[in-house]
Amino acid sequence: MVENRPFLTFLTHAFLILGFLVVALPVYVAITASTHDISTLMSGPVPLLPGSHFIENYSTILTSASAAHGLPNYSHMALNSLVMALVITAGKIAISILSAFAIVYFRFPFRQVAFWIIFVTLMLPVEVRIMPTYKIVADLGMLNSWAGLTVPLIASATATFLFRQFFMTVPDELLEAARVDGAGPLKFFRDILLPLSRTNIGALCVILFIYGWVQYLWPLLVTTDPGYYTLMMGMKRMVTVQDGVIEWHLVMAGSVLAMLPPILVVVFMQRLFIRGLTETEK
Amino acid sequence: MDTKRTTFNNRLLPYLLLAPQLAITLVFFIWPAAQAVKSSFEREDPFGFSTVFVGFTHYQRLLADPNYLDSLWRTAVFAVSVTVLAMVLGLAFAAAVDRLARSAKFYTTLLVWPYAVAPVVAGVLWWFLFNTSTGLLPYFLERFGIRWDHDLNGTHAMILIIVAAAWKQISYNFLFFLAGLQSVPQSLIEAAAIDGSGPVKRFFTISLPLLSPTTFFLFIINVNYTMFDTFPIVDATTGGGPAQATTTLVYKVYQDGYVGLNLGSSSAQSVLLMLIVMLLTFVQFRFVERRVQY
Repeated sequence: MVENRPFLTFLTHAFLILGFLVVALPVYVAITASTHDISTLMSGPVPLLPGSHFIENYSTILTSASAAHGLPNYSHMALNSLVMALVITAGKIAISILSAFAIVYFRFPFRQVAFWIIFVTLMLPVEVRIMPTYKIVADLGMLNSWAGLTVPLIASATATFLFRQFFMTVPDELLEAARVDGAGPLKFFRDILLPLSRTNIGALCVILFIYGWVQYLWPLLVTTDPGYYTLMMGMKRMVTVQDGVIEWHLVMAGSVLAMLPPILVVVFMQRLFIRGLTETEK
Repeated sequence: MDTKRTTFNNRLLPYLLLAPQLAITLVFFIWPAAQAVKSSFEREDPFGFSTVFVGFTHYQRLLADPNYLDSLWRTAVFAVSVTVLAMVLGLAFAAAVDRLARSAKFYTTLLVWPYAVAPVVAGVLWWFLFNTSTGLLPYFLERFGIRWDHDLNGTHAMILIIVAAAWKQISYNFLFFLAGLQSVPQSLIEAAAIDGSGPVKRFFTISLPLLSPTTFFLFIINVNYTMFDTFPIVDATTGGGPAQATTTLVYKVYQDGYVGLNLGSSSAQSVLLMLIVMLLTFVQFRFVERRVQY
């Protein structure tokens, strides 16, 4: 710091703490609401202090609450979300690192074309091609299947660009040395590039896990069989009640549990997370 | 486009390596997009037996449809509000954290996690906070004479989704602004301090102008985010209502196509959205990579 201004430093701390409190407010309220019973919640504004129904609410949401909405068990949906997030993460990383390897380390006809085809995916998010993509998946018989839930989401331009960018910085001498020693492309990839890419793969894992975990529109389109519902769809179903009251105490308990895994990933792998975030978007 | 000085010279291998990525891209991205373009020029009979080429009819109808124009305008208001709100707060937090050397990491941890909250959960949390009968905020607003009701009042519903969407995006902007601020040369700050300008003046005359590439990049990313990634927030809370007040363009594509099965119009809307994303992506890659010079 250039000059010492204790009062300004104090203000800075105060501003940040206040900012944090405001940002954390919805989550704090969700946590307190998840420890009260429904009659307390319905009888006026949410109490600001935790109640005594913590164990009761969380065990209800984990065991029986979702059945009332025609949903599978909460833990079943959580498992679906987890599988979906992990398959998307692994799939995106695998196919992106292979395509980046091809684009950087080989010269072949249509290389440029391949690059642009991958680039175009950036311009076609699911949201702009809802109907035709749904139709393709239906024609291929992939509705209500793990393949339908994950495969269409694992093309990734950003991950490919990240690996491409990184491969360009790998010294050419490594490749030359490997070739002199008689290593073929696959051996070079496995024994040299892959170990060098460890940090990038780790950073992408964090970002892509979150990406997979929070998917909403795609599972909504391709699954009608409740056995494939993910947590995000479950949350939506639980707040869509035709008549009667929303069971806010359970919805909030469910929300708290649903946001926990990605938040923990971000907090405990913060360095990788920040790296992944700042490097994939450019 | 550059490659390595030395490369491998297998003929088949590069195609095999690219095959999975290209196959998925062609089948699930490019083919559907082409289909959308094609069916935006066609009319299908209700049973799907025959299609007729209708030229630009769907587009003409859309652009003359007050509902669509309304939705376009609302999406613009939504996108700009979320972007400005999330960027101003992100910048303010970043500037504050940047001032503190020792506790910077601690505050970063406190501020980054909302990024990981799913949009649908973010929507539900704020919806609960604004809930007319049990929510905390309407209770306080009532004291200021505001009767909060996002089920009936379109403006209230819009504010609800703006707040929920911006809340999730603050941490993203914060991280990028913080990285930008930390790369401002310390020598410039010191020189200005010696010349007698205080922290506030230094922020506005040195840091902020030097941040302009970051700001521009974030502006594009935020608009993109608000237009396309906020679908879950709208779907889980307001459902586009009341009276279309929160029907964004993406939500309308979904409603008209997937729910209402109006394929021609939905496709034409998809194509218009594609043009918007293409424009945003073009601007991002054409102008952001070059960086503003200083």
